[in-house]
Amino acid sequence: MMIVPVALPLVAACLYALFGWNRVTAWLGALSAGGLLAAAVLLARAGEGSGLWGLLRVDALSAYMLIVIGVVALLAMLASPGYLRADAVAGHTGPQAARRYGILTQCLVAAMATAVLAASLGMLWVAVEATTILTAFLVGHRRTRKATEAAWKYVVICSVGIALALLGLVMVHYAAVHAGLSSREGLDWVSLAGHAEGLDPGVTRIAVALLVLGFGTKAGLAPLHAWLPDAHSQAPAPVSALMSGVLLSVAFYAILRVKVVSDGALGPGFCRMLLIVVALASLAVAAALLIGQRDFKRMLAYSSIEHMGLIALGAAIGNGLALAAVLLHILGHGLGKSVLFIGSGRIQQAAGSSRIDEVPGLGGRAPGLATLFGLGLLALLGLPPFSLFASELGIVRAGFAAGLGWAVAPALVLMLVIVAGVGGAAGRLLLGDAPPGAAGGIGIRLRGAGVPLVAGLVVCAALGVTLGPLRPLLESAATIATIGPPASPVGAAR
Amino acid sequence: MSDSVYVLLLDLACGAFLLAGVLVLWRRDLAAIVWLFALQGLALAFLVVVLGLYQRQVELVLVGVGVGGLRAGLLPYLMRRALAAGGGGRETRPLVNVSTSLLVASVLAMLAYAVSQPLIRLAPSPATQAVPIALTVLLVGFFVLVTRRRALSQVVGFLLIDNAVTATAFLTTSGVPLVVELGVSLDVLLAVLVLQVLTTRMRAAFGGTDLDELRELHD
Repeated sequence: MMIVPVALPLVAACLYALFGWNRVTAWLGALSAGGLLAAAVLLARAGEGSGLWGLLRVDALSAYMLIVIGVVALLAMLASPGYLRADAVAGHTGPQAARRYGILTQCLVAAMATAVLAASLGMLWVAVEATTILTAFLVGHRRTRKATEAAWKYVVICSVGIALALLGLVMVHYAAVHAGLSSREGLDWVSLAGHAEGLDPGVTRIAVALLVLGFGTKAGLAPLHAWLPDAHSQAPAPVSALMSGVLLSVAFYAILRVKVVSDGALGPGFCRMLLIVVALASLAVAAALLIGQRDFKRMLAYSSIEHMGLIALGAAIGNGLALAAVLLHILGHGLGKSVLFIGSGRIQQAAGSSRIDEVPGLGGRAPGLATLFGLGLLALLGLPPFSLFASELGIVRAGFAAGLGWAVAPALVLMLVIVAGVGGAAGRLLLGDAPPGAAGGIGIRLRGAGVPLVAGLVVCAALGVTLGPLRPLLESAATIATIGPPASPVGAAR
Repeated sequence: MSDSVYVLLLDLACGAFLLAGVLVLWRRDLAAIVWLFALQGLALAFLVVVLGLYQRQVELVLVGVGVGGLRAGLLPYLMRRALAAGGGGRETRPLVNVSTSLLVASVLAMLAYAVSQPLIRLAPSPATQAVPIALTVLLVGFFVLVTRRRALSQVVGFLLIDNAVTATAFLTTSGVPLVVELGVSLDVLLAVLVLQVLTTRMRAAFGGTDLDELRELHD
């Protein structure tokens, strides 16, 4: 059962390699994403277990992340056929590029599933690095100067960041071996969390800092965030949705696991301080560059940095309420951001540009899409009824309750700045005056393409009202991220 | 292998590893830089083999041979091919000149010694006492990455970092589990291949591999 979420996309990738991308196989990706989602739900109900000779392991936290991957992948894959068709009509890409798109996106989904199911830090690292390699050509899909530049920056910065995480991994292994664990156990999440108190504090401190910095690079957190706006704005829209909506969170999942080990070995203070610094820096970067942003895809990319900063802040607060809010935020952000990126892809394809001043007054010209895009932005800014409102409120409340008001207050100020920046840009994009001569509409027909957008927004809003059957899973996942796996006696004692 | 011979060979391997790393800063000819990188891969492989012989672990010796094949054979071969496709080349205008770079390297070495104190304290042994050397190479790799302006130099910077991390793994715990080691090697190989393809595309799109040309995307 555990192998299904990894194997299903790989099978789909093989089929794409064999048959290419055509009218029928175009929907294969959505089918495999739907299967992954179903498998994730079944795994969540089945509870803990391990498989594939102990290489994979599932608990509530990994099952929850798997559901997020499934949901976002489903949205992105439902939008892909329409996107690629429009791209082919415009003559940007040929059938070969479409085939490669199919293969690479499915392998990316498989790599992300492997990352969250990995039983050890080693497997997780390999899977996360694999996502960088797989997405490199997706970012450079269009082969323009800009796309090539973005892909280069992306691979270089992320590979270096992830190399830092590898050094952290080596040091964790070193500390674990000297704490009496065998070489194989030395990277296993359960044994690491269980023996965290025996890890040498000096070495663990360096290791945790490197791991947070390294996986933070992939999660789009400051200071190594520079690749993100370029890569996310140049990638094809459904890939941007995957990268922004879920790949960042998968990298952050690694930090959550590291944090459990760090809290056991060093006490909660060390990782908390590290994450607060990183979180506030990310929020500040996002706020500074969202003011007066002129490109709507870059605006969405910077907003991802903002939301990852918020998630890092929630993880830093670290109590049960905060972690539950963080996990809900990961899902809500995944939904909202996918909807927006897919929508922005439609706008970009119709208008031929992603600059706001070249497509002003969208509301008058494409009311359907503009409404959905506007609703998505409201969700992203944390307005009710969308789930991001509930999760942001949860993070802020938990922060003040934990006595971390000094960190939450500046974050709130920065979020206000961001609301102003995004709101201004949205006003120009959606409500501004349409340029004379273009008033007749720019021919954006939604039809099929509207389905994933509406579905994403509806789910996001529904989650804001009630968690429904997701609540027990969310709570047990948050408990794991708070105190470590219940299987470990040391973790449970604290 | 007696202890004194072991320490001698270990120090020899680490010395060659460090020297090759620092000399990358000294040369501006890209072909020479690739050659130095291959030399460093050889030193790393030698280091692993020495560790394996001393601990009488056949597996470790074989891993050492594999490391040598990848880092002294395959990766330099790929880079030479990329270089040949681009028609040779020199590091035209590094941001920092050579003599300053070498001075910076010595500062980085001191920094590496300071940082690695907790690592040595956990388990002092001839091998762990060589960890600062690996960390020096790591910092030199960063420096190359930041100051050099040619695409291939950046790849070398990244690979220096990766060599250094691998060296740290073997010096501290004789390597991470084999599954992880294999995954890491595969990922590094693929990353280099991706970068090579991107270099080709860059040359087609920008007419060169000078990274200063990369300035279309900014805010």
